[in-house]
Amino acid sequence: MSSSTFIRFCLVPLAVVVLAFFILPMTQLIVAGANGPLGLKAYAAILLEPRYRQTLVNTVLLSFTVTIVTLVISTIAGLFVQRNRFPGRSLLIAMLTFPLAFPGVVVGFMIILLAGRQGLIGEITSSIAGGKVVFAYSIGGLFLGYLYFSIPRVILTVMAAVEKLDPRLEEAARSLGAGAWAVHRDVVLPALTPAFIASSAISFATAMGAFGTAFTLATNIDVLAMLIYTEFTLGANIAIAAALSVGLGFVAWAILALARSFAGATIAAAG
Amino acid sequence: MTKTRILFGLQLAFTLLVAAFLIVPAILSMVAGVTVNYFRGIRSGVTLHWIGQVWELYADTIGRSFEIALATLLVTLVIGVPAAYALHTRGGRFSRIVEEIITLPIAIPGLAIALALILTYGGIGGFRRSWLFILVGHVIFTLPFMVRAVMAVFATIDVKTLDESAASLGASPWRRFRDVIVPNARPGILAGALMVVTLSLGEFNLTWMLHTPLTKTLPVGLADSYASMRLEIASAYTLIFFVMIIPLLVAMQWIGAGAGLMPGKKS
Amino acid sequence: MTGAKGVSVHLQSCSKTFPDGTRALETVSLDVACGETMVFLGPSGCGKTTTLRIIAGLEQPDDGGRVLFDGEDVTHLPIERRNVGMVFQSYALFPNMTVADNIGYSLKIRGASRAERTTRIAELVTLTGIGGLENRSVDQLSGGQRQRVALARAVAMRPRVLLLDEPLTALDASLRERLRAELNRLLRSLGITAVYVTHDQAEAMALGDRIVVMRNGAIAQIGTPREIYFEPASRFIAEFVGAANILEATAADGFLALRGGRLAIGGDGKNARGNVVAMVRPEAIALVAPEGASLTGRLETASFVGDRLRLTVAGVSERPLSIDAPNTVSARPGDLVGLLIDPNAIRLFPGERS
Repeated sequence: MSSSTFIRFCLVPLAVVVLAFFILPMTQLIVAGANGPLGLKAYAAILLEPRYRQTLVNTVLLSFTVTIVTLVISTIAGLFVQRNRFPGRSLLIAMLTFPLAFPGVVVGFMIILLAGRQGLIGEITSSIAGGKVVFAYSIGGLFLGYLYFSIPRVILTVMAAVEKLDPRLEEAARSLGAGAWAVHRDVVLPALTPAFIASSAISFATAMGAFGTAFTLATNIDVLAMLIYTEFTLGANIAIAAALSVGLGFVAWAILALARSFAGATIAAAG
Repeated sequence: MTKTRILFGLQLAFTLLVAAFLIVPAILSMVAGVTVNYFRGIRSGVTLHWIGQVWELYADTIGRSFEIALATLLVTLVIGVPAAYALHTRGGRFSRIVEEIITLPIAIPGLAIALALILTYGGIGGFRRSWLFILVGHVIFTLPFMVRAVMAVFATIDVKTLDESAASLGASPWRRFRDVIVPNARPGILAGALMVVTLSLGEFNLTWMLHTPLTKTLPVGLADSYASMRLEIASAYTLIFFVMIIPLLVAMQWIGAGAGLMPGKKS
Repeated sequence: MTGAKGVSVHLQSCSKTFPDGTRALETVSLDVACGETMVFLGPSGCGKTTTLRIIAGLEQPDDGGRVLFDGEDVTHLPIERRNVGMVFQSYALFPNMTVADNIGYSLKIRGASRAERTTRIAELVTLTGIGGLENRSVDQLSGGQRQRVALARAVAMRPRVLLLDEPLTALDASLRERLRAELNRLLRSLGITAVYVTHDQAEAMALGDRIVVMRNGAIAQIGTPREIYFEPASRFIAEFVGAANILEATAADGFLALRGGRLAIGGDGKNARGNVVAMVRPEAIALVAPEGASLTGRLETASFVGDRLRLTVAGVSERPLSIDAPNTVSARPGDLVGLLIDPNAIRLFPGERS
């Protein structure tokens, strides 16, 4: 067998599996989206139908806010941890990054434990202020949940980027008279911008498509993923569910592709 | 000098707060899983009763999750390692396009993929109702991680020259793959394997749509328990999940999976 | 051990254009005699590695090109069936195997018994002088040791042709010289047909029976080291192999008219007329008293480099001349000096008009 034949053989299982179980189904999905009572207009429904539009706006606003807040929090914490050495540092890093692979459902549960009816925050506020604060099942809880799964990822990316910074650039700035704040503003943050763009895109895309967290928190707030779910399972609206899914998938992919072209392949590689 | 110390102190406090936000509920849940009564706190005593209850109710989900994770690992190894070799060797635009395509499932929400699978294969009753249906979803989702982890190693060890030198010694393509390529790809295979297993154990978005009452996995059971069980049982169940997954996460960090290859999140 | 005899290699009309359009090799035909060591020499990008890889079977020549081993057409045979031995620039030792396993790999592929393998590995270890390293893993080896293992591995199966792609380039200078001598000895004792690629002209001249100087994908000259050095076919070759003084002058009646005087030309150059480009090596110029010398100049710099004196003399020609003088000569910068050059040491490049 020649080398090129062997290579072709190596690709056959991949080709078969991906074609059969991904490309074919996704094509069916796209087609299904256009096959409902609304026809091709189903794809525009997300913008035209007021209920769907509201959900879209909710999801985008939520994802956007989470992304910004996560970025700020992670930058402060990430810079601090990467630039200082102190006893317990590795433990702190472990604590900040361990929820990395928690599924959304578990994150939802974490929020319930924090802010639910028997939650920690409720207990604290009721003993201090007499009124139990419960917000796990509102948009506040959802927001917190999204924050919970975004922070570990973005912190890790920021830390990696901070590690790669060239200390000589900062030294040069200081030799020219720049104080700490100026150095950060003019040298450090601009150098971190590719990492910011990449991790923001990932945060945003993940938040847009998040399902498990919202599901567990069973909020009244409609996010896109929940909308798709209810349309499919409760409304049996296959076409709408399909169209919305395709739309959501396309948006997520586009955001990530855009970020990759800005920030380079390595940082955004985790998708 | 004090200004720096104040700044340090503030940043430390901030970071500790963030860390607390992340870790406290996890600890709470682990404690709650072994507490007699969460409402009364640890004072009410430590017990394994709740864990026992979880086992009675959900033992099958735990077993099934392991089954599916291992099966996913096997399938991604068999498909992914040769494919990574082929893509790396071939290079060029074709490989990049193929890589893009197999990475798409990470960007597309699990919900959408599940929907697509149901539309296409939902009609095949036997398949639809078996755990193989879930396996398929997991494979599609975790495959890019295995392929990329192996390709990353190939890039660093100049596998092309090793391949050529083995060929110059008379080894056929299959022989080269077996004797030289795979052994030297081991770190990548290991990193990929850890990631695949971790992702499969924790996968929810896809699995929730694809499951049937007879093919529940652990995360699906968790969602069930969060909705309908008392907090102690839910916590005990979560505790079991943590015990399964945290060692894997630690192993991954240890091996140096690095920020570039960390699991993409479906939440 | 008695060396394998090897085969003759014939390249016929081989050229190589890569898929992205790069023309790496213009059409080339050449012969390597059985048992000969042929060195491909040239700057990077000249096509020498491409030619080697075509002989190896790692690249296919463009349509119409043929590779023959002892008359047998191997053009369409992949490398794993050509029975060549190849030493790569990075050595490409298998990290997952010990030194012994690396060396014995080709034998294992061909199904040799354990006893056969052990014997042969021991022979090769002695031959290349790496005794005691058999069970080491490759990352525990130094650069020189790796090179020897790579060589032992390549010759284990008594290949028909030994191909070496810049095997000494990855080593530092002092090691390189020592290993060069060893490599030379090894190649002679093996008696095998060898094709060696390098950009280092000293290496080429030390190791090659014949040298192929290449430039921009084409052969500039083929010859023995002496032929290449004393009779370079072009200015490029003269300057690439060894140091050269290039003189652009007017020739008439068997003399070159220069700024600093007249230079008698010997041999065929006697009949040259008009503007010419000539070359003379630094060691062919002798320092004499300026009175009565046909060529004079002013000494610019004198560098004592240990075994000789490197001088530059200005005013003789457009550019200063480089001269190698014995290290006992005393001359000070600024002195007026005379130059004596053997007429037969001057080489003219026909067709290269200044």
